[in-house]
Amino acid sequence: MISSALTNPQMRGLLAKHLRFHIVGAFVISLGVAAFYKFAVAELRKKAYADFYRNYDSRKAFEEMRRAGIFQSAK
Amino acid sequence: MFFRAAWSLVRRKTGPGMRGTHGPGSAAHREGKMPPYTNYHAQRSYPMPDEPFCTELNAEQRALKEKEKGSWTQLSHAEKVALYRLQFHETFAEMNRRSNEWKTVMGCVFFFFGFTALMIWWQRVYVFPKKPITLTDEWKAQQLQRILDMKGNPVQGLASQWDYEKKEWKK
Repeated sequence: MISSALTNPQMRGLLAKHLRFHIVGAFVISLGVAAFYKFAVAELRKKAYADFYRNYDSRKAFEEMRRAGIFQSAK
Repeated sequence: MFFRAAWSLVRRKTGPGMRGTHGPGSAAHREGKMPPYTNYHAQRSYPMPDEPFCTELNAEQRALKEKEKGSWTQLSHAEKVALYRLQFHETFAEMNRRSNEWKTVMGCVFFFFGFTALMIWWQRVYVFPKKPITLTDEWKAQQLQRILDMKGNPVQGLASQWDYEKKEWKK
């Protein structure tokens, strides 16, 4: 008696619709997060290490540390 | 949810006629009678309990139940609603109505946060022992100087933020 005035809600395919929405979303979000991590964290860190060690003089660093007095075996 | 169930029980016991949520024309409750206390508890996850909501029926309701055994096309709209109300306490819309319970909950949570803070403050003043020597400012400064001398984490960490020529933190 009532349903002649209103349209039915969606009766079928609810799980399929839910799965499609969430599977697509999960893919997109996880790929996005992985891409973001790769560029914002991993590549940045690799570049930082490369820049640091390009012109690194370990002898000079050792002399500075020795002069600061932190070693026990080299004063 | 149990808050609301208990609260609605309290409300129910405090007087006849306080059933404001029922629609007009529900013959089963028009007299202002209170239904007897039963095990009836409807939840969204258990929508069709075994027992009906009203088990003690007056003559009018019993007649309606007899009529229900025949063809349902003979029932009027009001009778169908009355039968529904006999079987079920609330419709899904009524059962799932939102409430203001969350405000109470959050209020109590914050209140206890504050109370805990006051307790810890009092303990700080009257209970805690003296700080060990390693937590004094002089010791901590010497510790930091030693880490910088060792150039700890020079690539991206602590020593990378220290300017060794000017002897200060990098901007």
